[in-house]
Amino acid sequence: MKNNRTHWLIHVIFIFCSAAAILPVLLVVAISFSSEDSINKYGYSLLPHEFSTYAYQYIFNDPHVLLRAYGNTIFATVVGTLTCMIITSALAYPLSRKSMPFRKFFTMFVVLTILFNGGLVPWYIVMKNYLHFSDNIWALVVPGLLLNGFNVLIMRTFFLNTIPGELLEAANMDGAGEFRIFAQIVIPLSKPVYATIGLFATLAYWNDWYNSMIFQVNHDNYSMQYVLQSILLNIQYLAQNTKSNNMSASLASLPQETSRMAMAIVAIGPIIFAYPFFQKYFIKGLTIGAVKG
Amino acid sequence: MDTIVKVESNRISSIKRRNMWNAVLRHKVLYLLMLPGIIYMLLNNYIPMFGIIIAFKNYNFEDGFLFSPTVGFDNFRYLFETPDAFIMTRNTLGYNAVFIVVNLVMSVTMAILLNEVRNRYSKRFYQSAVLLPFFLSAVIVAYLVYSLLNPDSGLVNRYILKSFGIEPISWYLEPKYWPFILVITNAWKNVGYGSIIYISAMTGIDTEYYEAATIDGARKWQQVKYITIPLLVPVMVIMTILSIGRIFYSDFGLFYQLPMGSGTLLPVTNVIDTYVYNSLVNMGDIGMSSAAGFYQSVVGFLLVLTTNLVVRKISPENALF
Repeated sequence: MKNNRTHWLIHVIFIFCSAAAILPVLLVVAISFSSEDSINKYGYSLLPHEFSTYAYQYIFNDPHVLLRAYGNTIFATVVGTLTCMIITSALAYPLSRKSMPFRKFFTMFVVLTILFNGGLVPWYIVMKNYLHFSDNIWALVVPGLLLNGFNVLIMRTFFLNTIPGELLEAANMDGAGEFRIFAQIVIPLSKPVYATIGLFATLAYWNDWYNSMIFQVNHDNYSMQYVLQSILLNIQYLAQNTKSNNMSASLASLPQETSRMAMAIVAIGPIIFAYPFFQKYFIKGLTIGAVKG
Repeated sequence: MDTIVKVESNRISSIKRRNMWNAVLRHKVLYLLMLPGIIYMLLNNYIPMFGIIIAFKNYNFEDGFLFSPTVGFDNFRYLFETPDAFIMTRNTLGYNAVFIVVNLVMSVTMAILLNEVRNRYSKRFYQSAVLLPFFLSAVIVAYLVYSLLNPDSGLVNRYILKSFGIEPISWYLEPKYWPFILVITNAWKNVGYGSIIYISAMTGIDTEYYEAATIDGARKWQQVKYITIPLLVPVMVIMTILSIGRIFYSDFGLFYQLPMGSGTLLPVTNVIDTYVYNSLVNMGDIGMSSAAGFYQSVVGFLLVLTTNLVVRKISPENALF
């Protein structure tokens, strides 16, 4: 009897927690599907007082801003994630090979990047003034996000623990070169860790607004998230950046509250749809990472 | 006699050197593989590390990192004369300390409770739900918070406060509420993620302990108290020490995006990371900004080193090096 009651209590607690996690997102969905008038009259509410798709019609009517931002984010995410997986594993795999001379030195080289960093100012100056990552699409891909020491260590530990040394030796005896061993034996055996690192990277690129904020001047190079931030701080951003010549007309017809919420929903849409599929891998991956962070 | 030993040892070291060289050559493909990553880290991490010397300089672009005029500790003197230095240090340490405690307690509680859910489908649903906020960017989180706290139409003012008969609150102008808002939002975003680590630690606990306890008549709560929690303590200790090592760094997105640039909130939302950003980008003050950055990097480095030493003592496999 008592046990049963505890079980119900746990369910109640989790239903509350789940609601707390999901409802804010649903609130934004509800606002985006409300009519602007009803928002002005009744405020935001979890069920639209007056259902309307006008906000979506408005942002898709002149999708210039939206498409541009989406394009930039997708480009950065795809190119960045692939490059990240390649150079992270290419650095991590040799560090897992105990026979390699100077292995300790290169491991410390990676670890030191985790322990110490120069801070924002010198990094910003190096990236912007010396390497010229400013106001071009590559500034969304390269600075900061492409490779991080933690991921290298996670991958190295995975290679160390899951690729049997005998296998590598046998391949070597059979005359396979180092590169072939890596490409044809190690990579296929390491899919889980690639999935994990790939997910981390995808998430980092998809959610990135920081690189746009500090490196981009031209609106055309903004990532999705930074366009969203600009809209949140300045509702008129959408109307000001349309291609139509009549800016004041589009300003007047701008459904201020609902259209920015619609933009937010369009931005998180892919994450929400993909979420049930990748969540499982993510949890598995985290446990890989947690073994040695 | 001496010369013989010397010749012998020279010979050995030259053989060693040749062997080493051969070993390096044998692994040349591996070095080649590492090359892109190494170059990236040199540019993205190492050059900025040396660039930290600009905290002691009056930086200008023409003279660069090396040749800009040195001003000694001037930047630091100006920085620590402002009240900002104290405020941002207090905020950074204070928020992180509270985050560590709140997130630890909530993550462990959630993990233990989730472990008690027997129905597989509900369990999976609950876990997915509480993990969801972790995947949202700081910008989206700012949208969500705004949709709750918007003074005119936000859900809290319009419905919740109204139903209690409380006057609407201008959330974005009232600093006193923000410590709570930030702590709640941080927990909301990270507890689901934190609980995963404890859940995976719990799957490693031998079920025999629980079987024996049940035979001895231990109730569920007693099992949690005397078996689960003690066995989770090592993981909790490690996670906490690792967070303490990062206590000088904040989640920039949380502190930058949530207040939506409200200047009145700065006394309770300004942390070292946001100070460095604002003084660099908004005020263009490279001196102050790099001094604050130096302060963060050096203290942060010492903390990470210290905590790593401690971790290495208790649990070497969790130490960074």
